[in-house]
Amino acid sequence: MAFLSYLINGLSLGSVYAIIALGYTMVYGIAKMLNFAHGDIMMVGAYVAFFALNSFGLPVIPSVLLAMLACTVLGVVIERLAYRPLRQAPSLAVLITAIGVSYFLQNGAQLLWSSSTKVFPSVVPAGSVQLFGGQLSISYLTIVTILICIAVMICLTLFINRTRTGKAMRACAEDKGAAVLMGINVDRIISITFAIGSGIAAIAAVLLCSTYPSLSPTLGSMPGIKAFTAAVFGGIGSIPGAFLGGLLLGVIEILSKAYISTQLSDAIVFAVLIIVLLIKPTGLLGRKISEKV
Amino acid sequence: MLKVENLVVRYGMIEAIKGISFEVNDGEIVTLIGANGAGKTTTMHAISGLIKPVSGSIWLNDTELTKIPGHKIVSMGLAQVPEGRRVFAQQTVEENLTLGAYARKDKEKIKADMDYVYDLFPRLKERHAQLAGTLSGGEQQMLAMGRALMADPNIILLDEPSMGLSPLLVSEIFAIIEEINNKGKTVLLVEQNAKRALAIADHAYVLETGRITLEGTGEQLASDERVQKAYLGG
Ligand SMILES: Nc1ncnc2c1ncn2[C@@H]1O[C@H](COP(=O)(O)OP(=O)(O)OP(=O)(O)O)[C@@H](O)[C@H]1O
Ligand SMILES: [Mg+2]
Repeated sequence: MAFLSYLINGLSLGSVYAIIALGYTMVYGIAKMLNFAHGDIMMVGAYVAFFALNSFGLPVIPSVLLAMLACTVLGVVIERLAYRPLRQAPSLAVLITAIGVSYFLQNGAQLLWSSSTKVFPSVVPAGSVQLFGGQLSISYLTIVTILICIAVMICLTLFINRTRTGKAMRACAEDKGAAVLMGINVDRIISITFAIGSGIAAIAAVLLCSTYPSLSPTLGSMPGIKAFTAAVFGGIGSIPGAFLGGLLLGVIEILSKAYISTQLSDAIVFAVLIIVLLIKPTGLLGRKISEKV
Repeated sequence: MLKVENLVVRYGMIEAIKGISFEVNDGEIVTLIGANGAGKTTTMHAISGLIKPVSGSIWLNDTELTKIPGHKIVSMGLAQVPEGRRVFAQQTVEENLTLGAYARKDKEKIKADMDYVYDLFPRLKERHAQLAGTLSGGEQQMLAMGRALMADPNIILLDEPSMGLSPLLVSEIFAIIEEINNKGKTVLLVEQNAKRALAIADHAYVLETGRITLEGTGEQLASDERVQKAYLGG
């Protein structure tokens, strides 16, 4: 029964990773860049939600929406100012810029909101569901986190597969030149990708901070790296891959903490990543279609 | 009418196109022949706005194409079938065709054009739900052509449509190019298969390392000694 409980907690943490990883993987898939500032965009979302909830006393839903709006705008502005001018630049230059943006956001947050940690109020009422005559207890927060992750995943998949913009995104992911020939405005599609990826990061921020309530300017770093790992694990660029990678990462992390060692849990997570990449370099669901001539 | 004037295109230090001028009149089939690396694809990319020329101009009727962003060119009535097909491998045949009409708003006419493309290429219809990446090379070429037709262009650019196809399929593709032209579409055709291209062309240009060295009607060039030597194998 303890195992089941760990598993569910793992899925809940993994859900948060998955949502962040979705943003990573979408941006990578379409803009072909690693936005290392993604975790820090999420951090800004956490602060916005915190102030909306605490200082303005807004209800939960409007607070989350406000945080999503802030992250969306932030993501679009960052892309426009920092990444778009580098569209033709070597990928190393883009990577360094992304790291720079990451520090910029962290330091900016420190200046604006100080580096002392704040306590984030949970957005989900405390309490839990008791199963098996009280042997297994699952908190409401855990349930809400997993459900929201599934909902985000479903919405995103529908958007990408069914809508005109979604199809244009897939076209850009495959071949930007050919996309231009179709009349697709690639810059606009990349903007939309950053908007969506950053917007959903705000949801992850609120869920993460409800579980681990200490708010600080560096709060995005570790989840950012984990989500990046999850995205690579699942096959970077693949949306179902990010989802699966995120969930697995959360489960592996919690299970290693429970059964092996708390200190080693991160090392184990990365070891598993390396093994997966050795066996399947494109990640679990990553694919490479060989081109036919 | 498509009119290219003194076009110069560079890749870094390399000047791939060194000031070429040519015209494609409405209703014509015009072909651009030349060896590997002559600059044919570069010219096509410049026309479709995939690469910005250093100097020169490209006019489509009264619009200067070099002055507008690449993604707006297709709605001016100019579509391209790029070299190597470049179909969207992970999307279905039908999704590829729908993307071809991305810039259009006329829903009814799009549906009719889809039927027209399926009539032209019945094999695409049979495979409408198949991923484009799993089509054969010939089928991918058909899809790339169908996708360009879905833009309902007045002028269609084809970059080596016969590349890597069996002789039978090449004949099929050339027959379709003529049919498209008979339906009133202007064609700019880039080919290494000079014999075939010259046979259907109203007008032809020879491109050699970024310069146009010869021009004339398809017939004139087909009987020109230099062309025969360099491009027709004797
Ligand atoms: N992206 C690029 N970067 C640098 N040089 C390029 C690039 N694309 C083409 N070139 C160079 O420009 C010249 C013209 O190339 P282009 O692709 O236009 O030739 P082509 O006539 O289409 O040849 P092919 O028949 O082989 O397709 C070549 O010398 C090529 O090496
Ligand atoms: Mg070429």
